[in-house]
Amino acid sequence: MGFTIPGTFTFELWQARFSLLRGISATLLASGLTIVAATVMGVLLGTILAYGWWPLRLLARLYVDILRGIPVLVLILFTYYGLALFGINVPAFWAGVIALSAFATAHVAENLRGAVQSVPAGQMEAAKAIGLRFPQRLRYVVLPQAIRRMLPPWVNTGLEIVKGTTLLSVIGVVELLLSTQQIVARNYMIIDFYLVAGLLYLIINFSIAQLGAALERRFSYLRY
Amino acid sequence: MAEQILLRAEGVRKSFGALEVLKGIDLEVRQGQVVSLIGASGSGKTTFLRCVNMLEEHDAGDILLDGEPIGYRMDGSRRRRLSEAKVSAQRARIGMVFQSFNLFPHLTAEENVMLGLTKVLGKSKAEAREIAGHWLGKVGLEARRGHYPYQLSGGQQQRVAIARAVAMDPRLLLFDEVTSALDPELVAEVLGVMKALAESGMTMLVVSHEMLFVRDVSHHVVFMDEGKVAQSGAPSEVFDRPDSERLQKFLGRFHGIFSGGG
Amino acid sequence: MIDYHFDWTVITRNADKFVAALGLGLGLAVVSLAIGCVIGLAAAYARVSGNKWLSTPVWAYVEVIRCTPLLLLIFFVYFGLPEFGIYVLDKTQSFILTLSLYAGAYMSEVFRAGLASIPKQYVEAAKAIGLRPWQRQRWVVLPVMFRITLPSVGNNLISLFKDTSLAAAIAIPELTFTARQINANTFRVMEVWLAASGMYLATAYLMAMGLRLLERRYASIR
Repeated sequence: MGFTIPGTFTFELWQARFSLLRGISATLLASGLTIVAATVMGVLLGTILAYGWWPLRLLARLYVDILRGIPVLVLILFTYYGLALFGINVPAFWAGVIALSAFATAHVAENLRGAVQSVPAGQMEAAKAIGLRFPQRLRYVVLPQAIRRMLPPWVNTGLEIVKGTTLLSVIGVVELLLSTQQIVARNYMIIDFYLVAGLLYLIINFSIAQLGAALERRFSYLRY
Repeated sequence: MAEQILLRAEGVRKSFGALEVLKGIDLEVRQGQVVSLIGASGSGKTTFLRCVNMLEEHDAGDILLDGEPIGYRMDGSRRRRLSEAKVSAQRARIGMVFQSFNLFPHLTAEENVMLGLTKVLGKSKAEAREIAGHWLGKVGLEARRGHYPYQLSGGQQQRVAIARAVAMDPRLLLFDEVTSALDPELVAEVLGVMKALAESGMTMLVVSHEMLFVRDVSHHVVFMDEGKVAQSGAPSEVFDRPDSERLQKFLGRFHGIFSGGG
Repeated sequence: MIDYHFDWTVITRNADKFVAALGLGLGLAVVSLAIGCVIGLAAAYARVSGNKWLSTPVWAYVEVIRCTPLLLLIFFVYFGLPEFGIYVLDKTQSFILTLSLYAGAYMSEVFRAGLASIPKQYVEAAKAIGLRPWQRQRWVVLPVMFRITLPSVGNNLISLFKDTSLAAAIAIPELTFTARQINANTFRVMEVWLAASGMYLATAYLMAMGLRLLERRYASIR
């Protein structure tokens, strides 16, 4: 019945379905891209932090500490307006993803460093003793053991990334929050639609947390 | 002895900061021999063993395996460190068993043995599994091939570690106080495996405090004291005719064992 | 790439605005942390109370806050409260309310872990000398927990300080908002963002150093 009466929640929700879908897609896409990029780059940077030649390690340390000391919103604004200034015209979406990835990379790197250094030194030595080369020692011996310790903070970084995508709304990316604001601007149903958006974030993040818990169970055989 | 010299160390020196741990070690290991290093803790035995496998880099002197310098090559009169890949290839020819086992906790017993076979020697999984099975059988653990390290006792873990080292078909096996972390009742099973290996003709360099075992199995015993080789020779020579007070004192600590009628 | 000529006078000319904005951000963070600690402590006790009617709602509060973006919460409180007929809060108060609720959820987890890590013997010893339940909490449990949780509390303060940048979204003149405003007037984008980033970074760094000093001061116990 509500579907046909303007001003009722169900009607407005039906009206807004495409806006919401577009918003969710943008949020999921930005989150997914950032998580993948930050994981790949964070593992590289974290490896440098743990094992790198010292000048490289110093640079990596500097990067990690600086990126973790500046608010993400400032990073996003800086990237968006700063890049434009140098004539690099990146769409807002990509500027946001770049800034978020740069930020999350620092967190993943620090996390990886801690996890890798918690693996007993004897493991690296035993891996050397059977003749494995450095990348093989990482790939087959150290990282598989570090992963269990990495997992909880990595999942947290994932949640932070999803929540961080809301900041892209500030530079005009129509992700879930901005699309909600646009919907609210049309129908004035502030409470209802912020609750809808909140619920959607809750579902996304709760799923990620569950996935993380499942992964943790999957790696729980790693006892030592 | 006519066997060729497998490992030769000449004037090996190593310092940690201001502390000189090895003050010029000369030593030979011939093919098929068991050479044991004995001495008080801090005498440099373990450090020397770690230099042989490049877990530590020695500062001066030569360590030659089959006549080839370990860890570096000569460029005219200068030594140049070998690349990571070359060092790894050398390490693959030297097996090492550690005091703390260092089994990979995320891999089963069988996978621990297979890792080097597949990734370093490039064997197929099937072949590696067969070799792993063979050696796990030799150390009496074929039935435990699917167990993770935490499911094994200390003695069993150490036997898997020995299988992991010997499966690589190394020229030389290094044993670094491999029974020191074990409960007393588990020591015998590990020493038994080592003895069987020695009898099969494996070349072994052993750091141990198990004097009965050392005396029983070694062809040659080296007593190290404060970073130097103080006395070396056949076990009967070293144990029965110690030529220094320090060696007498060191052996005296184990006197109870020898006079126990064993 | 275009040539960009740096003109740092834009920073010196607006130094007073920058400093005031930084101070505002710090104030927002400190006040929110203080309120958040009170909420968090109450929530932590509710979680460990063993009473389902207390612990379940608190669990829900913590999970919902942790899974919801802060910016959404800020908008929800700022625009939503008037919908409920609550008009008394101005934007700064509304932001403090939001950030406090946000901090409370995180602090409750910190305190819960802190409470769980206090050795049982302390409480037993306190019982043995005849302290009553609330006295045991006040004189034994809380002081020990404070020292255990100090590093986490400090890290939360640094996070909250960075989070105050989101207050820019509802036009509270903290550092990020001020930087954007100066940008809009002067177009000295690089200088302004570099200065703002540097100020955030330096403040966070100083806070971390101060925290380390505090930790050392209280490190005697443990």
